[in-house]
Amino acid sequence: MTQLYIIAGYLALLLGLGLFSSTLFKGTSKDYMLASHSIGPVLLLMSIFGTTMTAFALVGSTGEAFKRGVGVYGMLASSSGIIHSLCFFVLGIKLWSLGHKYGYTTQIQFFRDRLQSDKIGLLLFPILVGLVIPYLLIGVMASGTVINSITSGAFQETFAEYDYGVPPWLGSLVICCVVLIYVFFGGMRGTAWANTFQTLVFMVLGIVTFSVISDKLGGIEAASGRVLEQNPSRLKRSVDPKDQERYEKTYAGWEKIAEFNYASRQKDLNLSEEQTKAAFSEFKPRMPNWQTRAKAIYAAKNRLIDLSVAEQNDARVLQDDRIPPEPRPESWSADLLTHEELGHYSRVPGADARKSLKIFADKIGHPAELLDPDNPKKGKKWTRRKAGGVYRATSWAPDAPRGTTGWEFLTYIFVPLSVGMFPHLFQHWLTAKDANSFKLAVVCHPIFIMIVWVPCVLVGVWATSAVNPATGGPLFAPHFPANAVLPAMVKALTTPVLAGFLTAGILAAIMSSLDSQFLCLGTMFTTDIVSHYGGKDRFSDKQIVVIARSFIVLIVAVTYGFSLFEPRRVFTLGVWCFSGFSSLFPLVFASLYWQRLTKAGAYASVIGAISTWICMFRASGFGANSEYRFFGMMPVATMIVVSAASLVVVSLVTRPPDREHLRRFFKSV
Amino acid sequence: MKNVVWGIVVLLIVLHHDIWLWDNTTLVGGFMPLTLLYHAGISVAAGVTWFLATKYAWPAELASVDASQEDEA
Repeated sequence: MTQLYIIAGYLALLLGLGLFSSTLFKGTSKDYMLASHSIGPVLLLMSIFGTTMTAFALVGSTGEAFKRGVGVYGMLASSSGIIHSLCFFVLGIKLWSLGHKYGYTTQIQFFRDRLQSDKIGLLLFPILVGLVIPYLLIGVMASGTVINSITSGAFQETFAEYDYGVPPWLGSLVICCVVLIYVFFGGMRGTAWANTFQTLVFMVLGIVTFSVISDKLGGIEAASGRVLEQNPSRLKRSVDPKDQERYEKTYAGWEKIAEFNYASRQKDLNLSEEQTKAAFSEFKPRMPNWQTRAKAIYAAKNRLIDLSVAEQNDARVLQDDRIPPEPRPESWSADLLTHEELGHYSRVPGADARKSLKIFADKIGHPAELLDPDNPKKGKKWTRRKAGGVYRATSWAPDAPRGTTGWEFLTYIFVPLSVGMFPHLFQHWLTAKDANSFKLAVVCHPIFIMIVWVPCVLVGVWATSAVNPATGGPLFAPHFPANAVLPAMVKALTTPVLAGFLTAGILAAIMSSLDSQFLCLGTMFTTDIVSHYGGKDRFSDKQIVVIARSFIVLIVAVTYGFSLFEPRRVFTLGVWCFSGFSSLFPLVFASLYWQRLTKAGAYASVIGAISTWICMFRASGFGANSEYRFFGMMPVATMIVVSAASLVVVSLVTRPPDREHLRRFFKSV
Repeated sequence: MKNVVWGIVVLLIVLHHDIWLWDNTTLVGGFMPLTLLYHAGISVAAGVTWFLATKYAWPAELASVDASQEDEA
């Protein structure tokens, strides 16, 4: 309950900050949307950094490092340090000066003017809003997961199905409402202040988290040493032979279990009492549900299982809770599925939760209660999350160790180009008081990324081999959900008071992005649609602010609705969203630096980029397949090539733009 | 100097692709994976490079834009 009080206190503090900044509100839509171009270097740095570092940076980076190792830093953090500042320098300052000169508030205003095309706004508006939604989703989803993980056991009787903690849907809803309130009261000025405050909070608390966790894991040397010993692949970008060997052995054991279970269920294979006794005596139990494993090994050793190739394939698919193809392909009866092929079939949604609830019904309960009051040594009751984890670890196929290929790493560098087209960042750029205000952000951004990401990546990597100091067992079972790694570590390794503060820090990072995104959606709708088509003088400033707020509520409601569906990995969803924005990078770059760009070239570029994005996102199972690559490369590389090629080819074959018009944007015309 | 700064930016992008550290599991100081330390170094180098960029490659014409804005105001 302590954590819950601290989180509530922090949210109340934020609301107070929003109300305070509203006292500085000048009442005009320009002040609401751009803080009257009054933001200086420090506020600009903190608000831009807070906006770009979302749940993706804290929850996502820790989770992805847990799954893939230290290479995650090179894939996104160090490359972002170079590319983000490059975008601020090459695009941000130029767009700021044009925005200041011609009075733009949104990207679409700039593109309409630069390309002399009204319709480009109609094409870009749904695309930009559509791409912001998954970005919002990352924050909304992660906030619910974090609050639920950290508060489990906080209630005595209510919310049993959510491990007696705040349900994720409620956590997400509260966060959305708090951000909406302070954005509504404070507008851009409130957002900049709140971002600065929250950025400081999450940076300071991030360092505290790192130091406490490393201490609990026996010190930084012990924590890293354990990874080197148990999961060496997590310290590099290729697969360590030791990890590969262990995986092959575990996978072969899992195949035996799959076949034994299939034979028991479908072909009535039953071990006699004597055989069961022999199976158990030969096996040294090390994990829950060990009896099945013992019987499977015994049955395989004594050749008691007789399955056809097709049945063996069915056994693997069913054991891994995947949906078998209907009808089965011809190869089903001829070749055994490899582990990679098995991964092509999607999992039955919620199978782990349903089955674990049934199997471990007698163990699940309030995490403060003892499993057996007469024997405290048996420990506390399991949460549903823990039961799900044990089920996945003992039933599903082990994860294959996965390295990073050179192409994958090389093409990842295109992902951070997305900041060039983030609509909320464009709006932040325009808040700058003068061009010099950008200098601090350009220089400090890579350093700030390092301060936040290095501890997160180390904590994620340590989690792979961490031992729970209370039980002596591994802290995380295989298949542990990546999004929950950071909150679970904070909860397991720190005191309730500290856990409460650290959670506030994680939520600060999430909310410091949500606020800018909320605000920019409202600004885009009122500026690019309402005022543009309804006429500038048709609505008063007050009405414009009301319309902006109404649209924000609508989009937040839609995003919140999406967050209630099957969750995706924060990192995967983030990469898809950023890839979409990156695919539009050629358009903004050419608009500023290529005089020959034509209206038709711009249309071709946007249509090419988004069509490629949609096709690839669909091919990845709408983000469900986090390993989806196109010719071994990140999908973003293809999107940018298609977008840039369409832009250049179509521009060159269409009539060049009017020279007089170009003089507004280029000095050298 | 402007060209030197842009040359350093390109060099940073090239150095970012550290294929020579792909298989390295060395723990520097007993705790810091070498590949992570290398990339943290790239981040610091990026900060220094962008500092040089703001010093030597800052678009000069922007100063006049600011002044004209102020004049108009």
